[in-house]
Amino acid sequence: MTRRHVAVIGAGPAGLAAAEAALGAGARVTLIDSEEQPGGQYHRMLPEPYAATHPERLQHGWNAFDRRRRRVLAHPRCAWWPRTAVWALERPDPGTPGPPRVHLLRGPADGGGRSRHVLEPGALVLAVGAHDRVLPFPGWELPGVFTAGAAQALAKGERVVVGDRVVVAGTGPFLLPVAGSLLEAGSRVLEVLEANPAATVARGWLRRPWELPAQAAKLPELVEYAADLAGHRVPYRTGRTVIEARGADQVEEVVIARLRADWSVVPGSERTVPVDALCVTHGFSPRLELAVAAGCALRAVSSGEFVAVDRDQRTSCPGVYAAGEITGIAGAQAARAEGALAGWVAGGGDSRLPALLALRRSRDQGRAFARRLARAHPIGGQWPGWLRPRTVICRCEETDYDALRRAATGQAGADPRVIRLRTRAGLGPCQARVCGPTVAELTERLSGEAAGRQVQGLPAASPHRRPIAQPIRLGELAAPPERIPNSDTEEWS
Amino acid sequence: MSPRRVPAETDAVGRCERPLRITVDGETVEGVDGQSVAGVLLAAGRLAWRRGPSGAARGVFCGIGVCFDCLVTVNAERDVRACRRPARDGDAVTTQSRTAPGTLPR
Repeated sequence: MTRRHVAVIGAGPAGLAAAEAALGAGARVTLIDSEEQPGGQYHRMLPEPYAATHPERLQHGWNAFDRRRRRVLAHPRCAWWPRTAVWALERPDPGTPGPPRVHLLRGPADGGGRSRHVLEPGALVLAVGAHDRVLPFPGWELPGVFTAGAAQALAKGERVVVGDRVVVAGTGPFLLPVAGSLLEAGSRVLEVLEANPAATVARGWLRRPWELPAQAAKLPELVEYAADLAGHRVPYRTGRTVIEARGADQVEEVVIARLRADWSVVPGSERTVPVDALCVTHGFSPRLELAVAAGCALRAVSSGEFVAVDRDQRTSCPGVYAAGEITGIAGAQAARAEGALAGWVAGGGDSRLPALLALRRSRDQGRAFARRLARAHPIGGQWPGWLRPRTVICRCEETDYDALRRAATGQAGADPRVIRLRTRAGLGPCQARVCGPTVAELTERLSGEAAGRQVQGLPAASPHRRPIAQPIRLGELAAPPERIPNSDTEEWS
Repeated sequence: MSPRRVPAETDAVGRCERPLRITVDGETVEGVDGQSVAGVLLAAGRLAWRRGPSGAARGVFCGIGVCFDCLVTVNAERDVRACRRPARDGDAVTTQSRTAPGTLPR
Protein backbone atom coordinates (compact mmCIF):
# COMPACT_ATOMS: atom_id res chain seq x y z
CA MET A 1 0.00 0.00 0.00
CA THR A 2 1.27 3.45 -0.80
CA ARG A 3 0.73 6.14 1.74
CA ARG A 4 0.21 9.78 1.07
CA HIS A 5 3.06 12.01 2.18
CA VAL A 6 1.86 15.15 3.98
CA ALA A 7 4.29 17.98 4.67
CA VAL A 8 3.19 20.19 7.57
CA ILE A 9 4.94 23.55 7.88
CA GLY A 10 4.82 24.90 11.43
CA ALA A 11 4.61 22.86 14.65
CA GLY A 12 2.49 25.20 16.75
CA PRO A 13 -1.03 24.26 17.94
CA ALA A 14 -2.38 24.05 14.36
CA GLY A 15 0.58 22.23 12.80
CA LEU A 16 0.92 19.69 15.58
CA ALA A 17 -2.80 18.89 15.42
CA ALA A 18 -2.53 18.60 11.62
CA ALA A 19 0.38 16.18 11.90
CA GLU A 20 -1.48 14.06 14.44
CA ALA A 21 -4.64 13.91 12.32
CA ALA A 22 -2.75 13.13 9.11
CA LEU A 23 -0.96 10.29 10.89
CA GLY A 24 -4.37 9.11 12.14
CA ALA A 25 -5.63 9.10 8.56
CA GLY A 26 -2.76 6.79 7.64
CA ALA A 27 -0.41 9.24 5.94
CA ARG A 28 3.32 9.71 6.28
CA VAL A 29 4.12 13.10 7.74
CA THR A 30 7.09 15.42 7.59
CA LEU A 31 6.65 18.05 10.31
CA ILE A 32 8.79 21.12 9.71
CA ASP A 33 9.56 24.00 12.06
CA SER A 34 12.23 26.67 12.17
CA GLU A 35 12.59 26.34 15.95
CA GLU A 36 14.49 23.72 17.92
CA GLN A 37 11.32 22.43 19.54
CA PRO A 38 7.64 22.20 18.65
CA GLY A 39 5.00 24.39 20.26
CA GLY A 40 5.03 27.58 18.22
CA GLN A 41 4.56 30.86 20.03
CA TYR A 42 1.63 29.65 22.15
CA HIS A 43 3.36 26.57 23.58
CA ARG A 44 6.89 27.94 23.37
CA MET A 45 9.04 25.42 25.24
CA LEU A 46 12.05 26.02 27.44
CA PRO A 47 15.37 25.01 25.87
CA GLU A 48 16.28 21.38 26.43
CA PRO A 49 19.55 22.22 28.25
CA TYR A 50 17.51 24.08 30.91
CA ALA A 51 16.22 20.63 32.00
CA ALA A 52 13.17 22.25 33.60
CA THR A 53 11.35 20.03 36.08
CA HIS A 54 8.13 22.11 36.08
CA PRO A 55 7.60 23.48 32.56
CA GLU A 56 3.84 23.27 33.12
CA ARG A 57 4.02 26.23 35.48
CA LEU A 58 4.49 28.59 32.55
CA GLN A 59 1.80 27.27 30.24
CA HIS A 60 -1.91 26.84 29.95
CA GLY A 61 -2.84 23.43 28.63
CA TRP A 62 0.71 22.11 28.99
CA ASN A 63 -0.24 18.51 29.73
CA ALA A 64 -2.42 18.07 26.66
CA PHE A 65 0.24 19.73 24.51
CA ASP A 66 3.01 17.60 26.01
CA ARG A 67 1.10 14.36 25.35
CA ARG A 68 0.34 15.34 21.76
CA ARG A 69 3.90 16.46 21.12
CA ARG A 70 5.30 13.13 22.35
CA ARG A 71 2.75 11.10 20.41
CA VAL A 72 3.43 12.90 17.15
CA LEU A 73 7.21 13.12 17.36
CA ALA A 74 7.60 9.47 18.36
CA HIS A 75 5.23 8.18 15.67
CA PRO A 76 6.98 5.78 13.27
CA ARG A 77 5.43 7.49 10.24
CA CYS A 78 6.41 11.00 11.37
CA ALA A 79 9.68 12.66 10.40
CA TRP A 80 10.32 15.63 12.70
CA TRP A 81 12.49 18.31 11.11
CA PRO A 82 13.31 21.07 13.60
CA ARG A 83 15.72 23.97 12.79
CA THR A 84 14.42 23.85 9.25
CA ALA A 85 13.70 26.94 7.17
CA VAL A 86 11.35 26.85 4.20
CA TRP A 87 13.07 29.25 1.83
CA ALA A 88 10.89 28.73 -1.24
CA LEU A 89 7.80 26.99 -2.54
CA GLU A 90 8.00 26.05 -6.19
CA ARG A 91 4.71 25.71 -8.01
CA PRO A 92 4.33 22.72 -10.28
CA ASP A 93 4.34 23.30 -14.02
CA PRO A 94 0.98 24.37 -15.40
CA GLY A 95 -1.15 21.32 -16.01
CA THR A 96 0.78 19.20 -13.50
CA PRO A 97 -1.41 18.46 -10.51
CA GLY A 98 -0.28 18.61 -6.94
CA PRO A 99 1.02 21.02 -4.34
CA PRO A 100 4.25 22.99 -4.74
CA ARG A 101 7.68 21.56 -4.07
CA VAL A 102 9.06 22.59 -0.68
CA HIS A 103 12.62 23.92 -0.62
CA LEU A 104 14.25 23.54 2.77
CA LEU A 105 17.41 24.40 4.64
CA ARG A 106 18.26 22.33 7.71
CA GLY A 107 20.67 23.61 10.35
CA PRO A 108 21.29 26.51 12.76
CA ALA A 109 19.32 29.67 11.94
CA ASP A 110 20.91 31.74 9.16
CA GLY A 111 23.99 29.51 9.23
CA GLY A 112 26.04 29.00 6.11
CA GLY A 113 26.51 25.26 6.38
CA ARG A 114 22.90 24.17 6.28
CA SER A 115 21.87 21.26 4.10
CA ARG A 116 19.43 21.78 1.26
CA HIS A 117 16.46 19.49 0.69
CA VAL A 118 13.51 19.46 -1.67
CA LEU A 119 10.27 17.74 -0.67
CA GLU A 120 7.64 16.72 -3.17
CA PRO A 121 4.73 15.99 -0.86
CA GLY A 122 1.33 14.65 -1.86
CA ALA A 123 -0.30 17.35 0.24
CA LEU A 124 0.92 20.44 2.04
CA VAL A 125 -0.48 21.95 5.26
CA LEU A 126 0.54 25.55 5.96
CA ALA A 127 0.36 26.32 9.68
CA VAL A 128 2.93 29.07 9.98
CA GLY A 129 1.11 31.39 12.40
CA ALA A 130 1.33 35.11 12.89
CA HIS A 131 3.48 37.77 14.48
CA ASP A 132 2.70 40.99 16.36
CA ARG A 133 1.50 43.93 14.39
CA VAL A 134 2.90 47.14 15.86
CA LEU A 135 1.81 50.59 14.69
CA PRO A 136 4.61 53.12 14.49
CA PHE A 137 4.89 56.00 16.97
CA PRO A 138 7.73 58.44 17.68
CA GLY A 139 10.62 56.56 19.30
CA TRP A 140 9.37 53.02 18.62
CA GLU A 141 12.74 52.18 17.06
CA LEU A 142 14.61 52.79 20.33
CA PRO A 143 16.26 49.79 22.00
CA GLY A 144 14.10 48.76 24.95
CA VAL A 145 10.92 48.97 22.88
CA PHE A 146 9.83 45.40 22.21
CA THR A 147 6.86 43.75 20.61
CA ALA A 148 4.69 42.11 23.23
CA GLY A 149 5.47 38.79 21.57
CA ALA A 150 9.21 39.34 22.04
CA ALA A 151 8.78 40.01 25.74
CA GLN A 152 6.72 36.86 26.10
CA ALA A 153 9.02 34.69 23.99
CA LEU A 154 12.04 35.78 26.04
CA ALA A 155 10.29 35.26 29.38
CA LYS A 156 8.62 31.96 28.50
CA GLY A 157 11.30 30.57 26.21
CA GLU A 158 14.54 31.70 27.84
CA ARG A 159 13.57 33.08 31.26
CA VAL A 160 14.91 36.50 30.29
CA VAL A 161 12.91 39.55 31.37
CA VAL A 162 13.20 42.64 29.22
CA GLY A 163 13.21 45.18 32.03
CA ASP A 164 12.21 46.12 35.54
CA ARG A 165 9.90 49.06 34.98
CA VAL A 166 7.75 48.01 32.09
CA VAL A 167 4.67 49.44 30.42
CA VAL A 168 2.56 47.12 28.24
CA ALA A 169 0.47 48.95 25.63
CA GLY A 170 -1.59 48.42 22.50
CA THR A 171 -4.85 46.61 22.05
CA GLY A 172 -6.26 43.13 22.44
CA PRO A 173 -6.46 40.34 25.00
CA PHE A 174 -2.81 39.41 24.33
CA LEU A 175 -1.77 42.35 26.57
CA LEU A 176 -2.88 40.31 29.59
CA PRO A 177 -0.79 37.13 29.19
CA VAL A 178 2.23 39.25 28.25
CA ALA A 179 1.88 41.30 31.42
CA GLY A 180 1.35 37.99 33.26
CA SER A 181 4.58 36.53 31.87
CA LEU A 182 6.53 39.63 32.89
CA LEU A 183 5.07 39.58 36.41
CA GLU A 184 5.77 35.87 36.79
CA ALA A 185 9.39 36.46 35.79
CA GLY A 186 9.76 39.22 38.37
CA SER A 187 9.37 42.44 36.35
CA ARG A 188 7.51 45.42 37.69
CA VAL A 189 4.67 46.09 35.26
CA LEU A 190 3.73 49.72 35.83
CA GLU A 191 0.53 49.71 33.80
CA VAL A 192 -1.28 47.83 31.06
CA LEU A 193 -2.84 50.18 28.51
CA GLU A 194 -5.68 49.11 26.21
CA ALA A 195 -6.06 51.78 23.55
CA ASN A 196 -9.76 51.19 23.00
CA PRO A 197 -12.12 52.85 25.45
CA ALA A 198 -14.00 50.65 27.92
CA ALA A 199 -17.24 51.14 25.97
CA THR A 200 -15.78 49.66 22.76
CA VAL A 201 -14.20 46.75 24.61
CA ALA A 202 -17.39 46.01 26.55
CA ARG A 203 -19.63 46.31 23.48
CA GLY A 204 -17.46 43.85 21.59
CA TRP A 205 -17.09 41.33 24.37
CA LEU A 206 -20.70 41.44 25.52
CA ARG A 207 -22.39 41.31 22.13
CA ARG A 208 -24.68 38.25 22.01
CA PRO A 209 -23.46 37.19 25.45
CA TRP A 210 -25.26 33.84 25.34
CA GLU A 211 -22.84 32.71 22.65
CA LEU A 212 -19.77 33.62 24.65
CA PRO A 213 -19.35 30.54 26.87
CA ALA A 214 -19.32 28.15 23.91
CA GLN A 215 -16.83 30.28 21.98
CA ALA A 216 -14.42 31.16 24.66
CA ALA A 217 -12.48 28.33 26.16
CA LYS A 218 -10.02 31.16 26.65
CA LEU A 219 -12.29 33.07 28.97
CA PRO A 220 -11.21 31.44 32.25
CA GLU A 221 -7.60 31.94 31.16
CA LEU A 222 -8.18 35.66 30.62
CA VAL A 223 -10.05 36.00 33.90
CA GLU A 224 -7.06 34.39 35.58
CA TYR A 225 -4.68 36.88 33.98
CA ALA A 226 -6.92 39.78 34.99
CA ALA A 227 -6.97 38.48 38.58
CA ASP A 228 -3.19 38.19 38.43
CA LEU A 229 -2.88 41.85 37.40
CA ALA A 230 -5.24 42.87 40.20
CA GLY A 231 -3.26 40.76 42.68
CA HIS A 232 -0.08 42.57 41.70
CA ARG A 233 -1.95 45.89 41.79
CA VAL A 234 -1.13 46.56 38.16
CA PRO A 235 -3.59 49.06 36.72
CA TYR A 236 -5.35 48.03 33.49
CA ARG A 237 -6.39 51.28 31.84
CA THR A 238 -8.60 51.56 28.79
CA GLY A 239 -8.70 54.43 26.30
CA ARG A 240 -5.01 55.15 26.79
CA THR A 241 -1.84 54.38 24.95
CA VAL A 242 1.82 55.23 24.58
CA ILE A 243 2.13 57.92 21.90
CA GLU A 244 5.89 58.40 22.20
CA ALA A 245 9.00 56.67 23.56
CA ARG A 246 11.93 58.86 24.48
CA GLY A 247 15.55 58.27 25.38
CA ALA A 248 19.10 58.89 24.23
CA ASP A 249 20.32 55.46 23.10
CA GLN A 250 17.52 53.44 24.70
CA VAL A 251 14.02 54.02 26.01
CA GLU A 252 14.02 56.05 29.23
CA GLU A 253 10.46 57.35 29.39
CA VAL A 254 7.17 57.00 27.60
CA VAL A 255 4.44 59.55 26.95
CA ILE A 256 0.98 58.18 27.74
CA ALA A 257 -2.16 59.93 26.47
CA ARG A 258 -5.90 59.40 26.57
CA LEU A 259 -7.54 58.39 23.32
CA ARG A 260 -11.03 58.89 21.98
CA ALA A 261 -12.92 55.96 20.48
CA ASP A 262 -11.35 56.71 17.05
CA TRP A 263 -7.88 56.78 18.68
CA SER A 264 -7.46 60.52 18.26
CA VAL A 265 -5.35 61.87 21.12
CA VAL A 266 -7.17 63.93 23.75
CA PRO A 267 -5.13 67.18 23.85
CA GLY A 268 -3.60 67.96 27.21
CA SER A 269 -3.98 64.39 28.51
CA GLU A 270 -0.30 63.50 28.07
CA ARG A 271 1.78 62.35 31.02
CA THR A 272 5.33 61.02 31.18
CA VAL A 273 6.35 57.78 32.89
CA PRO A 274 9.97 56.64 33.39
CA VAL A 275 10.48 53.07 32.13
CA ASP A 276 13.32 50.77 31.11
CA ALA A 277 11.21 48.76 28.70
CA LEU A 278 8.02 49.14 26.69
CA CYS A 279 6.08 46.22 25.16
CA VAL A 280 3.63 46.95 22.36
CA THR A 281 1.13 45.02 20.26
CA HIS A 282 -1.77 46.14 18.05
CA GLY A 283 -2.94 42.70 17.00
CA PHE A 284 -1.36 40.09 14.75
CA SER A 285 -0.17 39.90 11.15
CA PRO A 286 -0.55 36.46 9.57
CA ARG A 287 2.61 35.13 7.89
CA LEU A 288 1.34 35.00 4.36
CA GLU A 289 4.45 34.70 2.21
CA LEU A 290 4.33 30.91 1.78
CA ALA A 291 0.61 30.91 1.02
CA VAL A 292 1.15 33.66 -1.56
CA ALA A 293 4.10 31.77 -3.01
CA ALA A 294 1.94 28.65 -3.33
CA GLY A 295 -0.68 30.68 -5.16
CA CYS A 296 -3.41 30.53 -2.49
CA ALA A 297 -6.21 33.07 -2.76
CA LEU A 298 -6.49 35.54 0.12
CA ARG A 299 -9.61 37.07 1.62
CA ALA A 300 -9.76 40.60 2.99
CA VAL A 301 -11.59 41.43 6.22
CA SER A 302 -11.59 44.60 8.32
CA SER A 303 -8.55 43.46 10.28
CA GLY A 304 -6.46 42.53 7.25
CA GLU A 305 -5.86 39.74 4.71
CA PHE A 306 -5.95 36.03 5.48
CA VAL A 307 -5.74 32.78 3.53
CA ALA A 308 -9.15 31.79 2.15
CA VAL A 309 -10.16 28.20 3.01
CA ASP A 310 -13.23 26.01 2.46
CA ARG A 311 -15.05 24.02 5.15
CA ASP A 312 -12.26 21.42 5.17
CA GLN A 313 -9.40 23.98 5.27
CA ARG A 314 -8.57 23.54 1.57
CA THR A 315 -7.05 26.62 -0.01
CA SER A 316 -7.68 27.62 -3.62
CA CYS A 317 -4.47 25.81 -4.53
CA PRO A 318 -4.87 22.05 -5.17
CA GLY A 319 -3.29 19.91 -2.46
CA VAL A 320 -2.55 22.88 -0.19
CA TYR A 321 -4.36 23.31 3.14
CA ALA A 322 -4.12 26.15 5.66
CA ALA A 323 -4.75 26.12 9.39
CA GLY A 324 -4.36 28.41 12.39
CA GLU A 325 -3.70 32.13 12.50
CA ILE A 326 -3.03 32.49 8.76
CA THR A 327 -6.75 31.87 8.16
CA GLY A 328 -7.86 34.31 10.91
CA ILE A 329 -6.70 35.32 14.39
CA ALA A 330 -8.85 33.01 16.47
CA GLY A 331 -6.57 31.60 19.17
CA ALA A 332 -5.10 28.21 19.97
CA GLN A 333 -8.36 26.29 20.36
CA ALA A 334 -9.58 27.18 16.88
CA ALA A 335 -6.09 26.61 15.50
CA ARG A 336 -6.06 23.06 16.87
CA ALA A 337 -9.48 22.34 15.37
CA GLU A 338 -8.44 23.75 11.98
CA GLY A 339 -5.19 21.83 12.10
CA ALA A 340 -6.94 18.55 12.89
CA LEU A 341 -9.40 19.06 10.02
CA ALA A 342 -6.69 20.07 7.57
CA GLY A 343 -4.41 17.20 8.56
CA TRP A 344 -7.17 14.60 8.38
CA VAL A 345 -8.35 15.63 4.92
CA ALA A 346 -4.80 16.24 3.64
CA GLY A 347 -3.86 12.78 4.86
CA GLY A 348 -6.62 11.21 2.79
CA GLY A 349 -9.18 10.81 5.60
CA ASP A 350 -12.89 10.74 4.80
CA SER A 351 -14.29 14.26 5.10
CA ARG A 352 -17.77 12.87 5.78
CA LEU A 353 -16.64 11.32 9.06
CA PRO A 354 -19.20 12.28 11.75
CA ALA A 355 -16.42 13.14 14.22
CA LEU A 356 -15.43 16.03 11.98
CA LEU A 357 -18.70 17.78 12.82
CA ALA A 358 -17.44 18.51 16.32
CA LEU A 359 -14.15 19.82 14.94
CA ARG A 360 -15.93 22.10 12.48
CA ARG A 361 -18.17 23.35 15.28
CA SER A 362 -15.18 24.08 17.48
CA ARG A 363 -13.49 25.88 14.59
CA ASP A 364 -16.58 27.93 13.81
CA GLN A 365 -16.95 28.92 17.47
CA GLY A 366 -13.32 29.99 17.42
CA ARG A 367 -13.95 32.09 14.34
CA ALA A 368 -17.01 33.70 15.92
CA PHE A 369 -14.81 34.49 18.90
CA ALA A 370 -12.26 36.03 16.53
CA ARG A 371 -14.94 38.32 15.10
CA ARG A 372 -15.92 39.28 18.64
CA LEU A 373 -12.31 40.15 19.45
CA ALA A 374 -11.92 42.18 16.26
CA ARG A 375 -14.99 44.20 17.29
CA ALA A 376 -13.81 44.67 20.87
CA HIS A 377 -10.23 45.60 19.96
CA PRO A 378 -10.23 47.40 16.60
CA ILE A 379 -7.47 49.75 15.47
CA GLY A 380 -8.90 53.25 15.61
CA GLY A 381 -8.84 55.17 12.34
CA GLN A 382 -7.17 58.27 13.78
CA TRP A 383 -3.98 56.58 15.01
CA PRO A 384 -1.77 58.41 12.45
CA GLY A 385 -2.50 61.55 14.50
CA TRP A 386 0.37 60.67 16.81
CA LEU A 387 2.89 60.47 13.95
CA ARG A 388 5.31 63.34 13.38
CA PRO A 389 7.21 64.18 10.19
CA ARG A 390 10.38 62.53 11.55
CA THR A 391 8.67 59.40 12.92
CA VAL A 392 10.30 56.26 11.50
CA ILE A 393 7.78 54.17 9.53
CA CYS A 394 10.09 51.55 7.98
CA ARG A 395 12.47 50.44 10.71
CA CYS A 396 14.98 48.82 8.35
CA GLU A 397 15.46 51.77 6.00
CA GLU A 398 14.48 54.46 8.55
CA THR A 399 12.00 55.92 6.07
CA ASP A 400 10.12 58.61 7.97
CA TYR A 401 6.51 59.74 7.75
CA ASP A 402 7.43 62.91 5.88
CA ALA A 403 9.27 60.98 3.14
CA LEU A 404 6.30 58.65 2.77
CA ARG A 405 3.89 61.60 2.64
CA ARG A 406 5.93 63.35 -0.03
CA ALA A 407 6.15 60.20 -2.14
CA ALA A 408 2.46 59.33 -1.77
CA THR A 409 1.26 62.80 -2.70
CA GLY A 410 3.88 63.38 -5.39
CA GLN A 411 3.32 63.44 -9.13
CA ALA A 412 4.52 59.89 -9.65
CA GLY A 413 1.36 58.75 -7.91
CA ALA A 414 0.76 56.24 -5.20
CA ASP A 415 1.71 53.02 -6.94
CA PRO A 416 3.20 50.80 -4.22
CA ARG A 417 6.22 49.95 -6.36
CA VAL A 418 6.98 53.61 -7.01
CA ILE A 419 6.58 54.43 -3.31
CA ARG A 420 8.88 51.57 -2.39
CA LEU A 421 11.59 52.62 -4.81
CA ARG A 422 11.35 56.30 -3.94
CA THR A 423 11.33 55.88 -0.15
CA ARG A 424 12.92 52.42 0.21
CA ALA A 425 10.15 51.64 2.73
CA GLY A 426 9.82 47.86 2.85
CA LEU A 427 13.03 47.12 0.96
CA GLY A 428 15.24 46.44 3.99
CA PRO A 429 16.22 43.12 5.56
CA CYS A 430 12.74 42.38 6.97
CA GLN A 431 11.22 42.70 3.49
CA ALA A 432 8.19 44.71 4.70
CA ARG A 433 7.14 42.10 7.26
CA VAL A 434 6.94 44.82 9.92
CA CYS A 435 5.97 47.98 8.00
CA GLY A 436 4.11 46.47 5.01
CA PRO A 437 0.52 46.81 6.26
CA THR A 438 1.28 50.25 7.74
CA VAL A 439 2.88 51.61 4.56
CA ALA A 440 -0.05 50.31 2.50
CA GLU A 441 -2.57 51.94 4.86
CA LEU A 442 -0.75 55.27 5.09
CA THR A 443 -0.15 55.43 1.33
CA GLU A 444 -3.80 54.86 0.69
CA ARG A 445 -4.84 57.58 3.12
CA LEU A 446 -2.25 60.10 1.97
CA SER A 447 -2.87 59.65 -1.73
CA GLY A 448 -6.57 58.93 -1.59
CA GLU A 449 -5.98 55.95 -3.88
CA ALA A 450 -6.36 52.29 -3.08
CA ALA A 451 -2.93 50.71 -2.69
CA GLY A 452 -2.18 47.57 -4.62
CA ARG A 453 -4.00 48.62 -7.78
CA GLN A 454 -3.01 46.84 -10.92
CA VAL A 455 -0.20 48.21 -13.08
CA GLN A 456 -0.43 47.11 -16.68
CA GLY A 457 1.77 44.13 -17.40
CA LEU A 458 2.65 43.50 -13.76
CA PRO A 459 0.92 41.37 -11.13
CA ALA A 460 -0.77 43.37 -8.34
CA ALA A 461 1.84 44.51 -5.84
CA SER A 462 1.51 42.55 -2.63
CA PRO A 463 3.41 43.27 0.58
CA HIS A 464 3.42 39.48 1.12
CA ARG A 465 5.21 38.56 -2.11
CA ARG A 466 8.63 37.21 -1.11
CA PRO A 467 9.87 34.63 -3.62
CA ILE A 468 12.80 33.96 -1.30
CA ALA A 469 10.83 33.39 1.88
CA GLN A 470 13.84 33.09 4.18
CA PRO A 471 17.45 34.21 3.68
CA ILE A 472 19.67 31.67 1.93
CA ARG A 473 23.41 32.04 1.43
CA LEU A 474 24.91 31.82 -2.03
CA GLY A 475 27.05 28.84 -1.03
CA GLU A 476 23.94 27.00 0.13
CA LEU A 477 22.13 27.84 -3.05
CA ALA A 478 25.03 26.54 -5.14
CA ALA A 479 25.10 23.17 -3.36
CA PRO A 480 22.92 20.48 -4.96
CA PRO A 481 19.88 19.68 -2.84
CA GLU A 482 18.82 16.25 -1.63
CA ARG A 483 15.56 15.46 -3.43
CA ILE A 484 12.91 13.58 -1.52
CA PRO A 485 10.31 12.62 -4.08
CA ASN A 486 6.80 11.69 -3.15
CA SER A 487 6.59 7.94 -2.97
CA ASP A 488 2.83 7.86 -3.21
CA THR A 489 0.99 7.51 -6.45
CA GLU A 490 -2.43 8.23 -5.05
CA GLU A 491 -4.51 11.02 -6.44
CA TRP A 492 -4.53 13.94 -4.04
CA SER A 493 -7.97 15.50 -3.76
CA MET B 1 17.97 48.24 35.65
CA SER B 2 18.23 46.33 32.44
CA PRO B 3 17.14 42.96 31.07
CA ARG B 4 18.22 39.93 33.08
CA ARG B 5 17.73 36.21 33.46
CA VAL B 6 15.43 34.90 36.18
CA PRO B 7 17.84 33.45 38.81
CA ALA B 8 17.84 29.65 38.49
CA GLU B 9 17.61 29.11 42.24
CA THR B 10 14.31 30.99 42.52
CA ASP B 11 12.89 29.98 39.13
CA ALA B 12 9.51 28.27 39.48
CA VAL B 13 10.22 26.00 36.52
CA GLY B 14 13.10 24.29 38.39
CA ARG B 15 15.93 24.43 35.90
CA CYS B 16 19.66 24.02 35.89
CA GLU B 17 22.27 26.29 34.33
CA ARG B 18 25.23 25.14 32.30
CA PRO B 19 27.34 28.24 31.79
CA LEU B 20 28.77 29.11 28.39
CA ARG B 21 30.95 31.91 27.15
CA ILE B 22 30.84 33.81 23.93
CA THR B 23 32.79 36.86 22.85
CA VAL B 24 31.16 40.02 21.54
CA ASP B 25 33.56 42.25 19.63
CA GLY B 26 36.33 40.47 21.53
CA GLU B 27 34.83 40.96 24.97
CA THR B 28 33.77 37.85 26.93
CA VAL B 29 30.06 37.57 27.75
CA GLU B 30 28.64 34.80 29.91
CA GLY B 31 25.37 33.05 29.26
CA VAL B 32 23.80 29.66 29.82
CA ASP B 33 23.39 26.74 27.46
CA GLY B 34 20.06 26.87 25.63
CA GLN B 35 19.91 30.65 25.29
CA SER B 36 19.81 32.43 21.98
CA VAL B 37 22.62 34.83 21.14
CA ALA B 38 20.10 37.65 21.72
CA GLY B 39 19.14 36.16 25.10
CA VAL B 40 22.79 36.01 26.17
CA LEU B 41 23.37 39.62 25.12
CA LEU B 42 20.19 40.89 26.79
CA ALA B 43 20.80 39.00 30.04
CA ALA B 44 24.32 40.43 30.10
CA GLY B 45 22.75 43.88 30.14
CA ARG B 46 23.21 44.78 26.49
CA LEU B 47 20.09 46.26 25.00
CA ALA B 48 21.53 47.31 21.63
CA TRP B 49 24.27 46.00 19.39
CA ARG B 50 23.50 47.03 15.86
CA ARG B 51 23.36 50.42 14.13
CA GLY B 52 20.79 51.38 11.53
CA PRO B 53 21.42 53.50 8.41
CA SER B 54 21.41 56.74 10.44
CA GLY B 55 23.69 55.32 13.11
CA ALA B 56 20.80 54.79 15.54
CA ALA B 57 21.23 51.90 17.98
CA ARG B 58 19.14 48.73 17.55
CA GLY B 59 18.67 45.50 19.45
CA VAL B 60 15.82 42.99 19.79
CA PHE B 61 12.40 44.14 18.63
CA CYS B 62 10.22 41.20 17.55
CA GLY B 63 12.18 38.41 19.24
CA ILE B 64 10.91 35.76 16.81
CA GLY B 65 12.92 36.27 13.63
CA VAL B 66 10.59 38.63 11.78
CA CYS B 67 12.13 42.12 12.02
CA PHE B 68 15.85 41.43 11.38
CA ASP B 69 16.76 44.26 13.79
CA CYS B 70 19.04 42.04 15.89
CA LEU B 71 21.40 40.88 13.11
CA VAL B 72 24.95 39.98 14.17
CA THR B 73 27.96 38.26 12.70
CA VAL B 74 28.59 34.83 14.28
CA ASN B 75 31.93 33.16 13.65
CA ALA B 76 32.49 35.29 10.53
CA GLU B 77 28.99 34.59 9.14
CA ARG B 78 27.18 37.88 8.60
CA ASP B 79 23.48 38.66 9.04
CA VAL B 80 22.54 36.03 11.60
CA ARG B 81 19.35 36.75 13.52
CA ALA B 82 20.55 36.79 17.13
CA CYS B 83 17.06 35.95 18.44
CA ARG B 84 16.93 32.77 16.37
CA ARG B 85 20.47 31.46 16.74
CA PRO B 86 21.23 29.30 19.79
CA ALA B 87 24.47 30.44 21.43
CA ARG B 88 27.27 27.89 21.43
CA ASP B 89 30.19 27.96 23.83
CA GLY B 90 33.04 29.82 22.17
CA ASP B 91 30.96 31.63 19.54
CA ALA B 92 32.68 34.79 18.35
CA VAL B 93 29.99 37.41 17.81
CA THR B 94 30.73 40.69 16.04
CA THR B 95 28.29 43.53 15.90
CA GLN B 96 27.10 44.97 12.59
CA SER B 97 26.16 48.35 11.26
CA ARG B 98 24.19 49.53 8.25
CA THR B 99 25.43 53.06 8.77
CA ALA B 100 26.93 54.63 5.67
CA PRO B 101 30.54 55.74 6.15
CA GLY B 102 30.70 59.38 7.17
CA THR B 103 27.26 59.42 8.81
CA LEU B 104 27.26 61.25 12.12
CA PRO B 105 25.80 58.96 14.78
CA ARG B 106 22.59 60.48 16.09
